[in-house]
Amino acid sequence: MNATAFINVRLIDPETGLDEHSALLVKDGQIADFGQGLFADGVPEGIETIDGAGLVLTPALVDMRVTLHEPGETQKETVQTAADAAVSGGVTTLVALPGVDPVTDDIALVEFMIARGRETEKINVHPYGAVTMGAKGEKLTEMGLLTNAGAVAFTDGVRAIADPLTMRRALAYASSFNLLIVQHPEEPNLAAGGQMNEGEIATRLGLQGIPGCAEVMMIERDLHLVELTGGRYHVAHISTKKGIDAVRQAKARGLNVTCDTAPPYFGLNELEIGEYRTFAKLSPPLRAEDDRLAVVEGLRDGTIDVIASDHLPQDPDSKRLPFDQAEVGITSVEALLPIALELYHNQVLPLGGLLKTMTANPANLLGLNAGHITKGAPADIILIDPDMPWRIRESDIISKSKNTLFDGRPVQGRCIRTVHQGQTVYKFET
Amino acid sequence: MLNPAGNIITKCGGANAVAEILGVHPSNVHRWTYEKSRGGSDGLIPARHHQALMEFARAHGIDLSTDDFFATETKTGETSLGPQFRFRHILGIEGLSAEEITFLLDRAEGYVALSRSRQKKTDVLRGLTIINLFFEDSTRTRTSFELAGKRLGGDVINMSVATSSIHKGESLIDTAMTLNAMRPDVLVVRHPHSGAVELLSQKVTCSVINGGDGSHEHPTQALLDALTIRRRKGRLNDLRVAICGDISHSRVARSNIHLLTTMGAQVRVVGPPTLIPPKIDRMGAEVFHDMKEGLKDCDIVMMLRLQLERMHGTFVPSLREHFHFYGLDRDKLAQAKPDALIMHPGPVNRGVEIDTSVADDIDRSVITEQVEMGLAVRMACLEAVTLANPS
Repeated sequence: MNATAFINVRLIDPETGLDEHSALLVKDGQIADFGQGLFADGVPEGIETIDGAGLVLTPALVDMRVTLHEPGETQKETVQTAADAAVSGGVTTLVALPGVDPVTDDIALVEFMIARGRETEKINVHPYGAVTMGAKGEKLTEMGLLTNAGAVAFTDGVRAIADPLTMRRALAYASSFNLLIVQHPEEPNLAAGGQMNEGEIATRLGLQGIPGCAEVMMIERDLHLVELTGGRYHVAHISTKKGIDAVRQAKARGLNVTCDTAPPYFGLNELEIGEYRTFAKLSPPLRAEDDRLAVVEGLRDGTIDVIASDHLPQDPDSKRLPFDQAEVGITSVEALLPIALELYHNQVLPLGGLLKTMTANPANLLGLNAGHITKGAPADIILIDPDMPWRIRESDIISKSKNTLFDGRPVQGRCIRTVHQGQTVYKFET
Repeated sequence: MLNPAGNIITKCGGANAVAEILGVHPSNVHRWTYEKSRGGSDGLIPARHHQALMEFARAHGIDLSTDDFFATETKTGETSLGPQFRFRHILGIEGLSAEEITFLLDRAEGYVALSRSRQKKTDVLRGLTIINLFFEDSTRTRTSFELAGKRLGGDVINMSVATSSIHKGESLIDTAMTLNAMRPDVLVVRHPHSGAVELLSQKVTCSVINGGDGSHEHPTQALLDALTIRRRKGRLNDLRVAICGDISHSRVARSNIHLLTTMGAQVRVVGPPTLIPPKIDRMGAEVFHDMKEGLKDCDIVMMLRLQLERMHGTFVPSLREHFHFYGLDRDKLAQAKPDALIMHPGPVNRGVEIDTSVADDIDRSVITEQVEMGLAVRMACLEAVTLANPS
């Protein structure tokens, strides 16, 4: 028997709202028991004891939007380096985008990615399947068979499913298996050639802008198709006020729609681009301050269900280019928790409510047995100090690519210990 | 206080002698050596007199160079240009103050005179190397920079880098670092992507002058336009300037808006909504879609070329329609002031943005004068950045 006792912890289960000074017992990789009176008579002999010293014990984070770059672009990231980075940020469940080349559109790739995750013995990788073959937006993938192989939802990743007929068929077909379709919300023809948010800064820099309405146009089109088909629909990395308003209204109408956002969209705005800083080139682009505030409001009122890192590491050769030619994306799985905790410190969300957007909400959306504290559940848990002050440093980034946008940012709160299937896979050393 | 005027006056035989050479009153000559606060010119001799003094010096075997009118080494090794022009690079007009712009224009004024004289060369850049690095086709800008460098006595090399492959720009930083290792003093760079010249400037130790980057800036074009206007109108402030045509894709428009608004001119942009970038009003320009309205009472009409090579998709239905509504012809020009100047950065597409008879109107069109001023301005820029970058 392999058992560990966590005593003297503030146990938060975001799913049930549990938040109390408590203890928890892990046995054989599972949560065996928990509760205030668990070790009232002391921890039995032979059990490893970890004194949490009042730190928060909560489910390990579920990051529902990550690019692993393996297979394909392993000079940017591998499953192993992503795993090392993720556990340092309290994440043990990574939901991997289908990639660009190769695209996860067949069973072998789904199985490969799950296996690569398992080999790290640190994380679980759950792949998305592509909606269309090669993510080309034309022919549907074998969604049913891919699901049987382990795909948890379907998306064309960084490409929008642009053709309305394809989207209609995808939603309709997926609905028979109750599968979730995840959309990159940007009307590609309107955004074509765009490099950043449209507005004064783009005009000054002489860069082609992407109007904010490219997002809401795609969302509203899709909402009509959701109504038509009864499909399950999720908007990825939502970033505009209009887009969020559309989702808010759709939810009020009872449509089966959810959405997520990512740290840059509530933590930063387009000013980060400054003088052509390619690290700040993202898709969707960093928006104006009004939009950033709307994302915060969407998180506060629950319109936005999930915070995902949108981890998209890029190596220097992909970023040290003229802005037009640079790739989009930042390494962010390590920044997910500390940047999200700003919402707690700024009193946008209570701690349990905030953690829910990164645990129970994405797990339930994707049907994963993760992100909750229940007896018999996998012991993927983290100890976090929600108040510890520190600074994000590019030099401390563990991910293979160092292109963080948060370099030098003072933050509060960090992961102290990460446990995956009962084993400690990360411990913060001061 | 630095006092180049004092030195020159001494060399030429004193204030009375200089007054006689130039045909001005000796009190004027004395005043050049006074500080501005005393009604002087801070040790500077007005540019219009430089040529006469140079010729006098040459005729009498006096050792005098154009440099003597401005630069004197101080104890700290800083040149007298230091406080007036502190930038190692000229990447854009945005960020330059009115004083710095005026300084460059004043310097350029001196070089207009030099280029008009028989002996066109000086040795300001003797021993220095200038590389024209052009990632985009150019004839006039490249030639202008080349001549500018040569007239200042520098060694000039032209490099055109093919950009047709899909990997264009991938080697930008490598190219920059390779060239930098050859120890040039100035890189003049043109690139089809906005911000590329700035990126390159971060990787080199030499000076960089932006010869045009994407739709961002083309600072020497704005300076030459300003010099042309200043010489014709005597000022830049309180002028009404209409910039017409393809504003969206134009680096010339952006640099001109920055420069003219900094110098106190009123700037209008005129064009169809598809060719006016969003929020351009935040840069200080007033937007007009009706050309006649936009040209009303303007002192300057600046026409831009339709940048078809940067357009993806339809911005104007046809060149014919564009000319009908936004081409400059006599009828539309009649709305501007009777003495309004017509400018164009070239190359001119006759019958697309401007009617031939208007473009060739010797009373109104200053298009060829712009080219001449371009050379002078580029000489001033080359000189200014090399003096600001003593390494």
